[in-house]
Amino acid sequence: MLDLIRIKKGLDLNLIGEADGKVSQPTGISGEYAIIPDDFYGLIPKLLKKEGETVLSGEAVLYDKNHPEVVVTSPVSGTIKKIIRGERRKILAVVIEAGSEPQTAKTFKTDAGSAEQVKTTLLESGLWALMRQRPYGIIPDKDVTPRDIFVTTFDSAPLAPDHCLMMDGNEANFEKGLSILAKLTNGNVYIGVTPNHPYESKSATSVIFEGPHPAGNVGTQIAHIAPVNKGETVWALDAETVIRIGKLFTEGKVDYSCIVTIAGEKVKTPQNVKTTMGISLKTLLGNNIDGNNTRIIAGNVLTGVQEQLEGFLHFPYRQITAIPEISNDCEFMGWASLSPKKYSASRTFFSWLMPKSKKYSFDAKINGGERAIIMAGEYDKVFPMDIYAEYLIKAIIARDIDKMEQLGIYEVVPEDFALCEFIDTSKIELQRIVKEGLDYLRKETN
Amino acid sequence: MKRSLKNYFDKIKPQFRPGGKFQKFQSVFDGFDSFLFTPNTTSQRIGVHIHDNNDSKRTMIIVVLALIPALLFGMYNVGYQRYLSIGTPEPAFFDAFLYGLLAVLPKIVVAYVVGLGIEFISAQIRHHEIQEGFLVSGILIPMICPIETPVWMIAVATAFSVIFVKEVFGGTGMNIFNVALMTRAFLFFAYPSKMSGDSVFVASDSIFGLGSGQLVDSFTGATPLGQIATSGSLTPAVTGITGNELSLWDMFLGLIPGSIGETSTLFILLGGLILLFTGIASWRIMLSVFVGGFVMAFIANTFPSATYPGSAISPLEHICLGGFAFAAVFMATDPVTAAHTNIGKYIYGFLVGALAILIRIYNSGYPEGAMLAVLFGNAFAPLIDYCVIESNIRRRMRRAKR
Repeated sequence: MLDLIRIKKGLDLNLIGEADGKVSQPTGISGEYAIIPDDFYGLIPKLLKKEGETVLSGEAVLYDKNHPEVVVTSPVSGTIKKIIRGERRKILAVVIEAGSEPQTAKTFKTDAGSAEQVKTTLLESGLWALMRQRPYGIIPDKDVTPRDIFVTTFDSAPLAPDHCLMMDGNEANFEKGLSILAKLTNGNVYIGVTPNHPYESKSATSVIFEGPHPAGNVGTQIAHIAPVNKGETVWALDAETVIRIGKLFTEGKVDYSCIVTIAGEKVKTPQNVKTTMGISLKTLLGNNIDGNNTRIIAGNVLTGVQEQLEGFLHFPYRQITAIPEISNDCEFMGWASLSPKKYSASRTFFSWLMPKSKKYSFDAKINGGERAIIMAGEYDKVFPMDIYAEYLIKAIIARDIDKMEQLGIYEVVPEDFALCEFIDTSKIELQRIVKEGLDYLRKETN
Repeated sequence: MKRSLKNYFDKIKPQFRPGGKFQKFQSVFDGFDSFLFTPNTTSQRIGVHIHDNNDSKRTMIIVVLALIPALLFGMYNVGYQRYLSIGTPEPAFFDAFLYGLLAVLPKIVVAYVVGLGIEFISAQIRHHEIQEGFLVSGILIPMICPIETPVWMIAVATAFSVIFVKEVFGGTGMNIFNVALMTRAFLFFAYPSKMSGDSVFVASDSIFGLGSGQLVDSFTGATPLGQIATSGSLTPAVTGITGNELSLWDMFLGLIPGSIGETSTLFILLGGLILLFTGIASWRIMLSVFVGGFVMAFIANTFPSATYPGSAISPLEHICLGGFAFAAVFMATDPVTAAHTNIGKYIYGFLVGALAILIRIYNSGYPEGAMLAVLFGNAFAPLIDYCVIESNIRRRMRRAKR
């Protein structure tokens, strides 16, 4: 009998443009791929390769200035085409032009005898950089042994891919990955599963999470299993990363393939595509997108990054969503609307008249103006942690480190506040506030 | 038509920007612009890309809508009481309503003009958008005043309240005390003779010839609570303004003298249903105010005393009389000044409800305690929240030590 945790606070959003459950056949590796340092939060990128140099799939391209052992590796074999820099020469992206097939890949030792060997291989292979730790949501500190390791096997975000897609046929690798991870912690490896697919493992403890989004967020799962305390570190992974770890220690190579859901109202044929991490959106989307007045989001609508068609697939390499930027630029007295098509999680608009399964069209408008927090306690409705979200936000804005610690800043990352930001009547950028707060805290306490 | 208006607004917008001819009116212009057309501001590059349609404009409008039933009934009741006092016990519905409308409208207009005027100016000083909070306060203020309050007093009190209770704290969302209630408290303490007593709750003049006539001999303008407080007996008789006995149903329906919008528990609860259904008001607060009031009244009623005649009244009558229901539904639930934590909301609500009845019964100086109870609750809400938050913090610290 597995433990079952019911998430009551949360919200499932139904958007137009859901992909079906099938995965299209992978196309070959060609075109441009990119590594985007901003995806690797906490990493200060230093280049190992110059423009024009050749690189193998699995070969390191970037390393962290503060922890040189932490590297980001190339998803394809080819040549470094260009390094895109922004203000103050900040590296925005390293673009790699894929070479011709068949691709050769760098191989790694599959020896997994001791924790130290495992760590070294994970660091060298670049898979380390795909893991995250809490507090801060950064790449794990290699010198700290995590208290526990948490793996979420499903994504509950709007239009997110069905978790079966990534698990199907990969159960052995997943199991192997879990057994590898178990060597790296003195505590437990926990996997958060859905009631539909209560996956059980010999090396990990399964906990079923039932309920609306953010049930699939690893942060929600940690909060319900064993919250992070001050001074503790836990790791937070998704199932894909665990499968990759399993493959690495079986085959000696890193598998950079990923299944990406392309969904949203502005996508012509919503679908799942098997492709490779960091692929250029032009190659990935092709003509499958209506480019007019469109916002392309690398990721889901709650936590993703806006990208241009010239951009690339971002971490966690799982989803592309395309929604209208502005559906109606001349909306007369929208606050007085009686239309049931305007969605609200409260009953202030008439969307409550519609059946629960109704799919809504969302554009990128914030539908109002920014205000001070007026509707007190509003965040609590969709924030399933034992944390007073509003007070934590206020402590962060006030840069009061003591209060932040007391109110549980170590337990959260920006994505945990995504739903709060969605329903916020005052239209405050909560995720930005939390991110800046975590940055500040890390700077001040380290 | 819409499009050309929008284009016109877009065309003149630069003149209201810094450096433009009318830059001093930027906030006002933006206020009207965003009132007419949903702003085309889109989400940032990082963060949530879609947003709920609910914004503070919608929220405030729903609260105003929820107040409308009680306000319309209040208008009718003002006229009804006037006609009753001049010996027309069954006035034509339309006459009574029109009289009330004409009597109340100037107060609403004055409250809005003064309050929104100050709001516009302070928004411009701070270079903020105009905040919608006063849309609600502006309609609440006339509703909690006696009909005989002069409009200049409303103007002075509104100005005091908006400036010193709201704007100096930073505007909507930052205030500690309920703005509308502070207006009434200001009037109550600055002009006590105009805010209580037997002569302020029933209109005394004709308006444009409507409601003209002589007062009937049996007229007394005392409110039921006023009558109870001064009765000094264990069986206080509660009558209407012409001496007719009032039943519980009369008190619930609200055809009795009292502040303009506060008399009808029925129509207040109707508004309350709107607030609860839309999720704007907290059911925790509303429920616990009623529970607190009921419990306090029940305790007092169990030990009745002729010194405190209010204790002889049944709990249900207490809840239907005076401003209790109005305070419970519209005042205590103000999300900014109430407790913010869920547990805190129960404590805060209970405190407000119990205190309102406590003041009403055991303080002979004030026949009604709802206003003071809510303001007291406002003052205590941060403390209540502090205790709730502290327990969360202690829980976290204990967990860390283990």
